[in-house]
Amino acid sequence: MASAAATAAVRPSRPDSLAYHDTLSFDREQYPSTYHRRLSPPVLIRNATILTATGLEIEHGAILLQDGRIQAVGTDVAAPPNAIIVDGTGKFVTPGLIDTHSHLGVYAAPGTFGEDNGNEATSPNTAQVWAEHSFWPQDPQLPLAQAGGVTTIQVLPGSANLIGGRSVTMHVVPGRTAQDMKFPGAPYGVKMACGENPRRVYGSRGGPSTRMGNMAGYRSAFIAAERYRRRWDAWNRNRTGDPPERDLQLETLADVLRGRILVQNHCYRADEMAQMMDLAREFGFHIRSFHHAVEAYKIADLLARDSVAVSVWADWWGFKMEAFDGLEQNAALVSRAGGRVVIHSDDEHGIQRLNQEAAKAMWSGRRAGIAITRNEALRWVTANPAWVIGLDSLIGTLEPGKHADVVVWNGDPFSVYARAERVYVDGALMYDRNDPATWWRTDFELGNVPAAGHDR
Amino acid sequence: MTVISHRAGTRSSVQTRRRAVVVSWRLAVIVAIALCACAPVRLCAQQVIAIVGGRVLPVSGPAIENGTVLIRDSLIVAVGAGIAIPDGAIRIDARGKIVTPGFINACSQIGLVEVPNGTSTQEMGVRDDVAASFDVAEGINPASIVIPVTRIAGITTAVIAPVGRFLAGRSVFADLTGGTIEQMIVRDPVAMHVTLDESSREAGEGSRAGTLERLRRLLTDARAYAARRPLYERRQMRDLSAPQADLEALQPVLAGRLPLVITANRVFDIRNALRIAREFSLRIVLSGAAEGWEMADEIARAGVPVLVEPLQNIPSFNRLGARYENAARLAAAGVQIAIVSGAGATAEETSTAHGALLIKQEAGNAVSYGLPYDQALRAVTLAPAQIMGMGERYGSLQPGRVANVVVWSGDPFEFSTTVEHVLIRGREITLASRQTELLERYRTLPPH
Repeated sequence: MASAAATAAVRPSRPDSLAYHDTLSFDREQYPSTYHRRLSPPVLIRNATILTATGLEIEHGAILLQDGRIQAVGTDVAAPPNAIIVDGTGKFVTPGLIDTHSHLGVYAAPGTFGEDNGNEATSPNTAQVWAEHSFWPQDPQLPLAQAGGVTTIQVLPGSANLIGGRSVTMHVVPGRTAQDMKFPGAPYGVKMACGENPRRVYGSRGGPSTRMGNMAGYRSAFIAAERYRRRWDAWNRNRTGDPPERDLQLETLADVLRGRILVQNHCYRADEMAQMMDLAREFGFHIRSFHHAVEAYKIADLLARDSVAVSVWADWWGFKMEAFDGLEQNAALVSRAGGRVVIHSDDEHGIQRLNQEAAKAMWSGRRAGIAITRNEALRWVTANPAWVIGLDSLIGTLEPGKHADVVVWNGDPFSVYARAERVYVDGALMYDRNDPATWWRTDFELGNVPAAGHDR
Repeated sequence: MTVISHRAGTRSSVQTRRRAVVVSWRLAVIVAIALCACAPVRLCAQQVIAIVGGRVLPVSGPAIENGTVLIRDSLIVAVGAGIAIPDGAIRIDARGKIVTPGFINACSQIGLVEVPNGTSTQEMGVRDDVAASFDVAEGINPASIVIPVTRIAGITTAVIAPVGRFLAGRSVFADLTGGTIEQMIVRDPVAMHVTLDESSREAGEGSRAGTLERLRRLLTDARAYAARRPLYERRQMRDLSAPQADLEALQPVLAGRLPLVITANRVFDIRNALRIAREFSLRIVLSGAAEGWEMADEIARAGVPVLVEPLQNIPSFNRLGARYENAARLAAAGVQIAIVSGAGATAEETSTAHGALLIKQEAGNAVSYGLPYDQALRAVTLAPAQIMGMGERYGSLQPGRVANVVVWSGDPFEFSTTVEHVLIRGREITLASRQTELLERYRTLPPH
């Protein structure tokens, strides 16, 4: 996504080229992705139950992955002669799972000071920091998420700050650099946090120490961003004279106002979410998703009205006062009211079984008389998170033309006993539960962590 | 939420004062339980309940199709097929359902913590490194909202354990029912708890070796104290490394009557735990044992049971080899395991109260990583009871056992399964909690 100032970023140029010297930093591509999809022959998975997350479930169906994309889905799909045929008898096929709320890479294992890079807890507004600059591609938690069928994650800064910084969207594939994993073309998000965390961190450090202090903090930040945006937009119209001074913090917030950066807002309580929706109206931006949103069920109608998604847990509750009213039916109640629901993890354990968390939320709803379909629950971990991170045209469903991020499960993924058996990213097999040779092992694990399936 | 509650969370011990040695109410508990589980006399009138037609999984024996579980007052009196049902018995129709013993969480903080972050509702432990005499009982809040949430999920019984820096103190074995601690608690104390891993290094002045040495000194002093009580009372003994109350509390541990639950995760921590157990002939239980699978035969040979958390697989320097197959590998080697959620909890983790019901999901996952189903069921019923010395009264459906029984619509580990009936000490529990009240309040939103 373009930087705040640039209308169209240029490709990275060699520093010795003329084009390079004709530009200034804000015109150049910022930390561009170097991700390349793995080459693979076409793959045809056939005779499987295919859950497309579009409403269509196909018994004895087939899906063809070719050139990184989904080529065809149906009951009768012809395979090119060089295709690898995968027998899907008894298996289920879904889109790759997507987590809108991960700290993998920024709160990496083994969890020492060295890997604790998720919160720039030095000021309540650190919109200037970018999560990708903290991201460690050797986090040994990444392979565990992949083995759970997760193919795309939004990595967020932590929730210490009112405005914590930019998120980054990553393919869950091995890479030597963060750029190697960065999802090309994915829009940025900005992490904002309400409630107890900023108050706790800054209450004795100059504030904010109250929820009203939190609100004042967001408002002053966006008032400054409005001014900054006006100044840059005016300069960009004819680009003559000296450009305004570049400010990384305001650059991010100005792009929020321009609608280019998606707001990802950690917020638990219903009344507080309503305040944030009014704040968004005051400054003319849209909150893409509330995160955690433990009380979303109390304002499901307002969330649906404003098209604000919620990224929630299935059953986390009670660990602090703003999570006290957590309900297992939260997702189902919001879904029924027409809201867009995501089951997220915010956790290195939960990310390994997003399907199970969705299953819990689905069945809790059904037990309470809220008829959640399997398709709807699947969308909670596929199509809806894709929308939250602005990638719904590329991933999140099994439709021709979409990226071939696909999981083959050894049974109904809403069963506690189901395991991801094969995980494809852009059409290439990245994980095969039955073939240890495919298992991703980070540098950290060598010598420290016995290879799975092997003793020390 | 990550930063604050997980990473930068402050663990504030709440209780500052240690309890005096023994309080007389414990005797009252034992008497009360022996006589009748329910205090008001009118409730003690004979009540017979027959759970009929279900697939009964007694755990202590093979499944019984179309079985009956007959309950009189607080006890199970008969289990089997074709059992005569007395006139006047209350029938619970379990056709098409599964009937199991109530699940037991073998290591939790239920009732000790209401809201773990930012509140003063934590009673899990005291600040002292050595708190052998600390007993959680009087910190338990029988009105905790966590109790109904947990029991309507099918967990009827829990070990409620302290959380501490080193020698945390004593746990109780309690049913999740009753308005008073006397009514809840079945055995007090049921175990002593100590941590021998990364998180207790400070108690050893910065090294695991120091922590081990401190534990040795405590046990040695406790033994010396017991051998020379009169001298101790006359102050004619050398200085001992703990106050009298702690030395007293350690006596049943030294005598092998009270299990010592040792949190240890890495192979070398586990070996240290086994070594201490050998040196002092202790009856120990390992908690966590994340790398236990690497030395499963050794643990099995030592005859030491393990409280295992199957879903713990995140490598840290406290458990680099943690992996999903741990439960299955331990069980395959012959180790007796109980499945817990959040066991081995060290300072970086939160306590296990609100998540205590997750032992169902942990057990289901353990099955898909190779643990035989029957052993997984045993690991949340009979095994925890036996490990805590309560197997003669809890954890199986047999005559004479306490009537903690759950009727499930299907496989207890599956998300699709509904808990249909929960009986604790023979009384059916209303399937309601603060959460079900919130659900009903917000099921229909007012027009805006």
